Amino acid sequence: MKITLHIWRQKDAKSAGRMVRYDAQDVNEHMSFLEMLDVLNQRLIKQGDEPVAFEHDCREGICGCCGFMINGVPHGPMRGTTVCQLHMRHFSDGDELWLEPFRAAAFPVVKDLMVDRSAFDRIIAAGGYVAVNTGSAQDGNAIPIEKQCAEMSMDAAACIGCGACVAACPNASAMLFTAAKISHLGRLPQGQPERDRRALRMLAQMQDEVFGACTNYGECEAVCPKNITLENIARLNQDYLRAALTYREEATAGGGA
Amino acid sequence: MSLTLDARIPSGPIETKWDQAKFEMKLVNPSNKRKYSIIVVGTGLAGGSAAASLAELGYNVEAYCYQDSPRRAHSIAAQGGINAAKNYQNDGDSVQRLFYDTVKGGDFRAREANVHRLAEVSVNIIDQCVAQGVPFAREYGGLLANRSFGGAQVSRTFYARGQTGQQLLLGAYQALERQIDAGRVKMYSRHEMLDLIVVDGRARGIVVRDMLTGEIDARVADAVILATGGYGNVFYLSTNAKGCNATAIWRAYKRGAGFANPCFTQIHPTCIPVSGEYQSKLTLMSESLRNDGRIWVPLKGGDTRSPDQIPENERDYYLERMYPAFGNLSPRDISSRAAKRVCDEGRGVGTSGRGVYLDLAEAIGRLGQNTIAERYGNLFEIYERITGEDPYKVPMRIYPASHYTMGGLWVDYHLMSTIPGLFVLGEANFSDHGANRLGASALMQGLADGYFVIPYTLGHFLAQVKPGGVDETHPECVEVKRQVEQRTKGFLAMKGQKTVDEIHRELGLVVWDECGMGRNAQGLDLALQRIPEIREEFWHNVRVPGSGDDLNQELEKAGRVADFLELAELLVRDARVREESCGAHFREEYQTADGEALRDDKNFCHAAVWEYTGENSAPALNKEPLTFENVHLQQRNYK
Repeated sequence: MKITLHIWRQKDAKSAGRMVRYDAQDVNEHMSFLEMLDVLNQRLIKQGDEPVAFEHDCREGICGCCGFMINGVPHGPMRGTTVCQLHMRHFSDGDELWLEPFRAAAFPVVKDLMVDRSAFDRIIAAGGYVAVNTGSAQDGNAIPIEKQCAEMSMDAAACIGCGACVAACPNASAMLFTAAKISHLGRLPQGQPERDRRALRMLAQMQDEVFGACTNYGECEAVCPKNITLENIARLNQDYLRAALTYREEATAGGGA
Repeated sequence: MSLTLDARIPSGPIETKWDQAKFEMKLVNPSNKRKYSIIVVGTGLAGGSAAASLAELGYNVEAYCYQDSPRRAHSIAAQGGINAAKNYQNDGDSVQRLFYDTVKGGDFRAREANVHRLAEVSVNIIDQCVAQGVPFAREYGGLLANRSFGGAQVSRTFYARGQTGQQLLLGAYQALERQIDAGRVKMYSRHEMLDLIVVDGRARGIVVRDMLTGEIDARVADAVILATGGYGNVFYLSTNAKGCNATAIWRAYKRGAGFANPCFTQIHPTCIPVSGEYQSKLTLMSESLRNDGRIWVPLKGGDTRSPDQIPENERDYYLERMYPAFGNLSPRDISSRAAKRVCDEGRGVGTSGRGVYLDLAEAIGRLGQNTIAERYGNLFEIYERITGEDPYKVPMRIYPASHYTMGGLWVDYHLMSTIPGLFVLGEANFSDHGANRLGASALMQGLADGYFVIPYTLGHFLAQVKPGGVDETHPECVEVKRQVEQRTKGFLAMKGQKTVDEIHRELGLVVWDECGMGRNAQGLDLALQRIPEIREEFWHNVRVPGSGDDLNQELEKAGRVADFLELAELLVRDARVREESCGAHFREEYQTADGEALRDDKNFCHAAVWEYTGENSAPALNKEPLTFENVHLQQRNYK
């Protein structure tokens, strides 16, 4: 089949970008979307043009590298699917598609369809962990965890950090991403000691990175390739509220003898 | 032979070697640790856990990865699980048995002392990961659940649905981010290591390219750790991520690090078959499916009926038939070759004829669709997305694909390469899996190396050297940087006719055809002739568009493929001189009457360690003899 593509081309973070039209010929229904772009890029290189830059690595929907907008929807039309797992059998001959990078102030464009998502790393660094140094752990079975808790924790932990939630949100909020980590750790007994601190610090970092606030549009949930649900955001709000009312950063440290 | 291959295996009985070694190692006093700097390249399970653990101890760590975030390393894609000798199932497991299974699974080509240590620390890994909040699968009583993997008769694999690698990596990544926040790790994402700096015989730094600005810089440290994964992408099509490459270890090889057993490459039996020319990678279907799935092909060749039309008595469950004791859970090398054999007989399924069925119908009938969905739901979804077929209704079609490389840089018991100060962890080294890795053991090894081995052995090394003494202005740093810049300009200057991918694909086909699941002298000789021709074409006829001053994905690929073109030749050469079959290395000339690998322990019970001797000069073969004092050499039997 034949697909018409309009792709956002932008040399680097400082240059202006624009839409450029390409015709993808001989598209096979078994190709993944990225393979369709591979074929286009091979042709561009042979013609002496610059290929379209897009982020990708594992191509099996788990590394979280890939992601751009297809006709205004992050990762394209299939629910619960990253763009690397999206196959051309879901499109028809003659389709016209607009590909753009994720748009958010906190995700500056790096080149073409690639953006800088390092803000996500800084949100995790602010508190998205259990502080346990290597070697100090007790036996794994010393902490029984209700099966249901472990499952719900895993549901949230499945987040791949792709940024689709931010791209879909009219406020460019990173609440779903942040909430997924809050739930992953907060559902488990191991995550309890730092629960308040985690909520306060991660949310503060999110704001510092100029992500917007959540106003419950729910677009994030609709486009999440890992089906992370809105109830995680409710949980984050609950943790944040409780922490804001009761939590104090460390009391004055006392010197040891 | 000029490499010194002192494995530094501690003396004493195998059960106490590691304890003894830890006691004998020199320590760096806490206030001195911050005077030392360490470079860690790669942030997967091995690199991420090493960087975090070393920073916790107080060292200054610089970590590098080519992805946009350390969380993206390809460890994240590991599906099935991680082994540990916890014996929570009361089914007869022990450190001794995990050790035994791993040595046997590797077909007696691994170093016993390393494998025993791996089995010992496996239990600590689970504890550490649970404490970090890794949401492992649980039983209703709240305790950890296990499942079985190939090559074992006990249930010792811990898992988090089909995303175990992801969850373990996020654990290590979060520990790493915590250290970044604390200022003890400086993280450089989107930086690719392009060479190693060796000063006075000691690894002192790396040359990196900032992938956004194109800037090439020398970075120095007191020790360098490579945790850059394997070279499975030498086959072009593999289950590796597109960016996985061998440049870091290959550059280290060319600076003097021995490269061990390059021909030990694992072909995973359960991947989704190739569908067309444009195919960019292959996707694994976790081996854990073999717990409940049955593998079969039609009894007769050329049977094109749909699988549900083929009655039981006209199906050949060939693994169950050939290996009744292990059946569908036979080790990977054996299962892959069996699949190739039935397809070679014309009994393969799917349009290409290169596929076999992995059928869960019986398990769905026995356990119900819900239980199967809980165990493998995400794998079924992946399969359906890629093939458009519903595996709850139609059996999956699978075929073997390049997945993991047991070979890698030679390291001693301390995980140090033949270059002092250069340590190699995880898949990038050769140490623990011999000629075949068992399922769920890669995650175990990566984390063992990073969390529990390197914090001790690196300290021992650093305790014996003074911190500092070399900076970026050192003539060697300047020279290596100049060479890297020149090479980068060379790629851009060619302006040929072929794309990097075209040449990579050509190389991959040759390596797959002649040095894949089955190898013979004639084919290997052919490959040894073809590879230099392809390399020659690359260096005259490749086209790399754009410039070196900004983000240029084609330029990145060109550097990686140039190195694969050299590594492929070493791989084939190693396969050519290893005139025996062992594990994943199957030389068709050396097989038993019923087609199993036939080892030659008299002549090949060694690690083959290759030494670079210069451009246009054949590499030199060095040998580390392997001795088996605890697991007796025997032919593997899974029948």
